[in-house]
Amino acid sequence: MSTATATDHSHGGAAHGSVKEYVIGLMLSIVLTAIPFSVLMYDLLTPVLTLTVILVCAIAQIFVQLIFFLHMNSSSEQIWNTTSAVFVVLIVAIVVIGSIWIMEHLNHNMLMGH
Amino acid sequence: MGSKATIITDPDPLTGKLTWDSIPVHDPVILPVMIAVALGGIFLFALITKMGKWRYLWDEWITSVDHKKIGIMYIIAAIVMLVRGFADALMMRAQQALATADSVGAGYLPPEHYDQIFTAHGVIMIFFVAMPLVVGLMNIVVPLQIGARDVAFPFLNSLSFWLFVVGAVLVNVSLFVGEFAATGWLAYPPLSGLEYSPWVGVDYWLWALQISGIGTLLTGVNFFVTTLRMRAPGMKLMQMPVFTWTSLCANVLIIIAFPILTVTITLLTLDRYIGTNFFTNDLGGNQMMYVNLIWAWGHPEVYILILPAFGIFSEITATFSRKRLFGYTSLVWATAVIMVLSMVVWLHHFFTMGAGASVNAFFGIATMIISVPTGVKIFNWLFTMYKGRVEFSASMWWTCSFLFTFTIGGMTGVMLAVPAADFVLHNSLFLIAHFHNVIIGGAVFGYFAGMTYWFPKATGFMLDEKLGKVACALWTIGFFAAFMPLYILGFNGMTRRLNYYDNPEWTPLLWIAASGALIVLAGIMTQFYQIFVSIHDRHKNKDVTGDPWNARTLEWATSSPPPFYNFAELPKIHDRDEHYYKKEHGLAYQAPDKYKKIHMPKNTWAGVVISAFSLVMGFAFVWHIWWMAAFGFLGMIGSWIMYSFERNKDYYVPVEQVEEIEAKHLDAVRQHAKTNS
Repeated sequence: MSTATATDHSHGGAAHGSVKEYVIGLMLSIVLTAIPFSVLMYDLLTPVLTLTVILVCAIAQIFVQLIFFLHMNSSSEQIWNTTSAVFVVLIVAIVVIGSIWIMEHLNHNMLMGH
Repeated sequence: MGSKATIITDPDPLTGKLTWDSIPVHDPVILPVMIAVALGGIFLFALITKMGKWRYLWDEWITSVDHKKIGIMYIIAAIVMLVRGFADALMMRAQQALATADSVGAGYLPPEHYDQIFTAHGVIMIFFVAMPLVVGLMNIVVPLQIGARDVAFPFLNSLSFWLFVVGAVLVNVSLFVGEFAATGWLAYPPLSGLEYSPWVGVDYWLWALQISGIGTLLTGVNFFVTTLRMRAPGMKLMQMPVFTWTSLCANVLIIIAFPILTVTITLLTLDRYIGTNFFTNDLGGNQMMYVNLIWAWGHPEVYILILPAFGIFSEITATFSRKRLFGYTSLVWATAVIMVLSMVVWLHHFFTMGAGASVNAFFGIATMIISVPTGVKIFNWLFTMYKGRVEFSASMWWTCSFLFTFTIGGMTGVMLAVPAADFVLHNSLFLIAHFHNVIIGGAVFGYFAGMTYWFPKATGFMLDEKLGKVACALWTIGFFAAFMPLYILGFNGMTRRLNYYDNPEWTPLLWIAASGALIVLAGIMTQFYQIFVSIHDRHKNKDVTGDPWNARTLEWATSSPPPFYNFAELPKIHDRDEHYYKKEHGLAYQAPDKYKKIHMPKNTWAGVVISAFSLVMGFAFVWHIWWMAAFGFLGMIGSWIMYSFERNKDYYVPVEQVEEIEAKHLDAVRQHAKTNS
C-alpha cells in the first residue's frame, strides 16, 4: 500500500506489547465487564449506585484498553498517538459537555417534556 | 416533483416505492433538462466509444491511484456540479425577482419545486463543489509539497473519490427519479421526518451525504497520515509549506467533525426507516438535539472549507510578492488556534432556539474571539505584500479581491456573533449575504486562485492570464451586485427561502441581486472560455521548467506535469522555501549521481467497484427495495474482501525508465535556460 517513502521511516507508531501485557489487559477487561453485569443482574445496589458503578467501570475499561492493547505511553514512538488521543479527548469533552449544557438550557427554557 | 398521489407508503417487495409515476415527465421545467442530459450522455458515450477511449479511461483514470489524477478528477467533478448548483442559484434569483407583490404566489416555480431548488443549491455547493475543490487541490499539491511519491493509502484515496462521486450521482438522479429534499440544506426535523416528508427526497439527501461523507472521512485520515509520516527526509513540521499546514488542520477537523455528521444522519435515517424517535415531535424525541449535533459538525465544516483557501493565498502572496511569507510561525499558530476554536462556537447557528443568556453569551464571545486569529492572517498577507515586488498575475487578482471581500464578510460575521443582534438578523437575507460573502469571497476565490496557480503543475501548461483577470473582475462585481442588496433586504426584514413576498419595496433590490447573479454567470462563462483557449494554445503556454512563476516551495522543483513517481530522488530539505533555496544556491535541476528503482502502488479496480455497489445500495435504500440494498451491501463487502486477497499491489519502476524520464526533463530545462539567456 504505502510507497517507498514509508520504508524510510518505519517502526513509528506501532509498538508491540508482550504476551504478559495482553493477558493482564484481558483479565482486567473481563473483571471490569463482570462487575457491572453482576451488579445489574443480581440487583445488588440502588439504581443510582448501579449507574455509578457502570460508569466508573466503563471509564476504567477505556484506560485499560488504551494502555494494555494500544500501548499508549509517552515514549518517542508513541508521542503522536498520545497527542492525538489527548486532543480527541479534549474535543469529545467539548462536544459532549457543551451539548449537555446547551440541551439542559434549551429543554428548561423551551419546556420540553411539560 | 411527484404529486402527492404518487407517494407509496407500502413498498412493493420487488420495486419498493418506485413506479413509473416517480419519473416527473409531466414537469415542464424538468423535462427539457432530462432530455438534454439524456442526449448529452448518449453523445458522450458514443464519442468515447468511437474514439476507442474506454480502455484508456479505465487504465489511466478510473482505476488510477495517482494522487495527481485523482485530484484532477475531483476538480472536474466539482466544476460539473458547480454548473448544476449555479443553475439552481439563477432559478432562485429569477423566482424572487418575479414573485412580486401584485402577483402573489406567482413567479414561475411552485413552492414544492422552489423548496427543492434551494435545498439542492446548498447541498450541492457545499458537499459537491466546495469539498471536492478543496480535496482535489489537496490531492494535487500536498504530496508534492512534502516531497512524497503518493499518499499514504493510495487505494483508499481512489475509494474516497469514487464514494464522493456516488453521492453526487445520487443527488443528480433525484432530479429525474423521484424528488430531492425540500427541507433546506441541513434537513432539520421534524420537517425532514417521515410525518412531514413522506416521500423519497430526504432519503436521497441522507444516502448521498452518508456515502460521500464516508469518502471525505477517509480522505481526512489519508492526508493526515500522509502529512505526518511521508514528508521528505529532513522536513520538520515548521518547515512545511503553509498550504500543507492548513490542509493538515483541515484534515484534523474532518477527522473529528465528520463522525458527528455520520452519527446524526444515521439517527435521522433510523427515525425514517425503522420508526425510532430520536428527533420526532412526540415519544421523547427532541429535534433541538438534531440542530445541536448537526452544527457541532457544521461549524468545523466551514473551517474545513476556508483553512486550505488561507493556505493557497499564503503560497500565492509569497510567490508573487517575491518575498518570504511574513510571519510564517504566527500564521501556522493562527491556523491551529482556529482549528481548536472552531469546535467551541457551534451554538451561534441557533442563538434564537432558546438556550438563554449565559449559553448565548459564552458562544457569542467565543465566536468573536475566532476573528482574532483570522485577522492575524489578513495582516500576514498584507505585510508580505508590503515592500514586495508584487506581480499582479491572475491568481494575485483573486487574492486581492479576496482580501477586500472576505474582510467585509468577516465583519458582518462579528455582527451576527452578537446574540442580541442575531435575534433580529437570524434566518434573514442578512445571514445569507454574510455566509456567501465568506464562502464565495473567501473559500471559492481561494480555490480559483489555487486552480490558476497550480494549473500548470497539474497539466503542463498555463491558463490564459488575461481571461483569468476578466473572470475575477466579473465574479467580484457580480458578487457585490448579488449580495450587497441582500444585506439591505435582511435589515429590512426579508427572511430567507421565501417563495413569494408581499412587500413591493423589496422588488428593485431583488432585481439588482438577480442581475448580479447574471454577472457571475458571465464570469463562469469566461472561465470555461479561458480553459478552452488555454487548451487550444497549450503549446504556446507550455510550462517547460516546471516552475512557471519562479515560486518557492517544493512542488515546483519537479516537472509539469510531474512524472507519476513525483520525485526521482526524495529531496533533502534545507529550508522552508526549499525550491527557492535550491535555486539561490545553484542546487536546483541537478541529476543525482545514481538513480534508484522506485517502489510504486499499482492501479486498482477496487475503489470504483466498491463505490458502484454502494451506489446500488444507496439507491435501493432510497426506494426501499430491500433485496437490492442487500445485494449492494454484500457486493461492497465481497469486493473489498476480494481486493484484500490480491497479492500484486505494487511494483518497481526500473532505473532505465526513471533515467529516461528525468533526462528528458533536465534537457528541456537546460534548453529553456539557454534560449532565455
